[in-house]
Amino acid sequence: MGERLTTSTLLVTEEDEKKHEIIRAKGEGKELTKEEKQRLRKEKKQHKKNKKDDRGPPEKEKEKEKASVPAPSKPATQSPAHKAAPVPVNASASESPVAAEKPAKSKAELRAERRARQDSERASKQGKKEGGQQSTSSKPKATPNELQPVVKRLPDHVQVDDPVALKKLAKKLERQQKSGQGCSLNITGVKVPLRSDYGYKVSLFSHLHQYSRKNPPTQQISIPVTVIHPSIVRLGLQYSQGIIAGSNARSVALLHAFKQVIQDYSTPPNEELSRDLVNKLSPYISFLSQCRPLSASMGNAIKYIKKEISNIPSQCKEEEAKRILQECIDSYINEKIILASEAISKYAIEKISDGDVILVYGCSSLVNHILCEAFEKQRKFRVIVVDSRPRLEGREALRRLVKKGIRCTYVLISALSYILPEVSKVFLGAHALLANGYVMSRVGTSQIALVAKAYNVPVLVCCETYKFCERVQTDSFVSNELDDPDDLIVTRNGKTHLENWQTVKSLGLLNLVYDVTPPDFVDLVITDLGMIPCTSVPVVLRVKNVDQ
Amino acid sequence: NVDKNKLVEYFRAQIREDPDVASAVAAIRSLLEFLKRDQSETILGLRENMTKAIQRLEETDSSVAVSSGGELFLRFISLTSLEHPDLSQCKNVMIERGELFLKKISLSRGKVGKLCHTFIKDGAKILTHSSSRVVLKVLENAAADNKRFTVYVTESQPDSAGKLMAQKLHNLNIPVTVVLDAAVGYIMEKVDLVIVGAEGVVESGGVINKIGTYQMAVCSKAHNKPFYVVAESFKFVRLYPLNQQDVPDRFKYKADILKTVKDLNQEHPMIDYTPPSLITLLFTDLGVLTPSAVSDELIKLYL
Repeated sequence: MGERLTTSTLLVTEEDEKKHEIIRAKGEGKELTKEEKQRLRKEKKQHKKNKKDDRGPPEKEKEKEKASVPAPSKPATQSPAHKAAPVPVNASASESPVAAEKPAKSKAELRAERRARQDSERASKQGKKEGGQQSTSSKPKATPNELQPVVKRLPDHVQVDDPVALKKLAKKLERQQKSGQGCSLNITGVKVPLRSDYGYKVSLFSHLHQYSRKNPPTQQISIPVTVIHPSIVRLGLQYSQGIIAGSNARSVALLHAFKQVIQDYSTPPNEELSRDLVNKLSPYISFLSQCRPLSASMGNAIKYIKKEISNIPSQCKEEEAKRILQECIDSYINEKIILASEAISKYAIEKISDGDVILVYGCSSLVNHILCEAFEKQRKFRVIVVDSRPRLEGREALRRLVKKGIRCTYVLISALSYILPEVSKVFLGAHALLANGYVMSRVGTSQIALVAKAYNVPVLVCCETYKFCERVQTDSFVSNELDDPDDLIVTRNGKTHLENWQTVKSLGLLNLVYDVTPPDFVDLVITDLGMIPCTSVPVVLRVKNVDQ
Repeated sequence: NVDKNKLVEYFRAQIREDPDVASAVAAIRSLLEFLKRDQSETILGLRENMTKAIQRLEETDSSVAVSSGGELFLRFISLTSLEHPDLSQCKNVMIERGELFLKKISLSRGKVGKLCHTFIKDGAKILTHSSSRVVLKVLENAAADNKRFTVYVTESQPDSAGKLMAQKLHNLNIPVTVVLDAAVGYIMEKVDLVIVGAEGVVESGGVINKIGTYQMAVCSKAHNKPFYVVAESFKFVRLYPLNQQDVPDRFKYKADILKTVKDLNQEHPMIDYTPPSLITLLFTDLGVLTPSAVSDELIKLYL
């Protein structure tokens, strides 16, 4: 292996380590090394050319990579060993313009330094690997078998205050650009961008990401985007800007985007569609979760698609397979969302009697559908729409209901205890139903349920079964979503008081998206399987698993 | 329709002959007889006739138990209806299963009694409401076990069913006192536990029972006394009331009143709904259940 005078010393050490790694890795043996090296050299050259042309990711990211590069990326059990090798190449190639500016240390010193760091990081990675592997898949996929005593750690993207986890996430995003490429030579890889946090975070929620809407993740992707499908990029942008909001809307949009991806997909030679396509989807999913954390319904949908893809028989032709997958997605949307809402409306309408005063909160597509259906069936009732800042989603619900001709009243959530004595029932939507019976929904729902309980008003939650998830949560802190804190800034009478909130060091703005309601406050859950008490959610999950 | 009248006659005869039998069991027996004598040509026709028969029985006796028993019977026998193409064979299978179902539920009261009587300790003071044959069986078993206890029964107006219960208990040599319905709050501090029967057990885990049960449950919760409900499994019904008003009118009032009276708001309801938060445990022939487990059992029975 010759020394290259043009590349930095880093590169040399990388190649050294690569060689060791490849030998150590479970997989191909020594024969691959030489082949690999040749390929790697070619890739390096191409890469340097590309990197010099476009601007590339900001300095900060390069710093991160620089720090993470010396630790060899552990060959993930998913991607075969030889895929791991190109990663340090790419990273190091981007390093080269940066590295050249750094003061040069002696080769031996650097080598020793790198090796020491590499060993320590590998030791810590051994410990984290089990948790990491499982946690990256625990959020979108629930544990397949409840009997396995698996320690479910929080997924990587919900551990923002842990620098090691952050590094791992960055590396994972880097790695994913290569997934599905196999042995192809022209990798004009573009990283799945790691979005940076914005603003001061309240300490209780420092483990969550807080992004600014003014910095969309698409800014960091260079054109042309070859790794991430354009419809996914568009979807990610729509999520991050809040153009598509609401659990059902997001899931449906996701499924449609996946349909487009499957349509445009072509199996590379020597690859099987059932395995390759799943690998192709992983960077897309990472990208989308960087734009906005995945919801439970989206997680279940992704789990379903991955299962369907891996169930495609290997002798199936590509066209046939694509057609099957399109049909699967269509039937999923039809069954789990559209028909489910019909079934739920039927049950819910039994619970609406003439003369009812119904309270709804925010804008739930399902609850709006139920109320419109009930109105068409000539039930006499009136609706009170409760709304809250900063999203003010109740206005959309109000618009839809008034258009139908339903009598509505509109209040803000601060007037809740004033209006509740008039109310006969409360209808709430849900973002997800957790396995211990807790309801995760838009922030403010828990408050409504609590006050309704105090006034002895029945609380009904309407939720499709595809939103049921195996997670268990008892409070709203552990896993939540932080929205853009700038949304809280409002201009009244020409004055914007919070304009310079960032300059005040002790001030933090908290814009939570979800909260969790205990089952004691919920009287009834209406699902497409029927009306069940909140405590019976695990039973439904069990029945569903048996069916599948 | 002649058949339906005969059915009602048979039903009434059953209750007359054996006053101890649960109304649901009598209903199911009548339905089985009806099935045996049914003349329809197709399975669909058979099911339709059965459904109509159940409705006719509900008109006679408007209790929840008849409705739930009927529905369960229909479910139980029609689980196999798709397997045999031949109608007469199908019918025979249905009749067989019907007999089996009937035999099973006739034993359920005994099972409940056996389960519950161990919860009655020596020297206990028990409060019960109105007249329930299942509670009677439980107390009978406890007495047979040589336990010493006293019973307070509420009068339970408007039909004074409590006095009937007191008479029956007296015949078993159990010391019993009749109290006014209004004296439930007064007597609650003296008693150790409350046992009531049920006309129906709903999906939420709550129960529907004679009017006054809800009051008793609220009082026992305030005094932290355990509130036990004893019910056979055929009383599980697919209702989910949210509050008292949500219980359908056809259960609240007696059948003849429903037919004759115009303005139901002037009538006194015969039953009320006790929510699951006030109930400690339910004793059924499926076992001892907490209110949240009832939904589990119902899902198993119906889905």
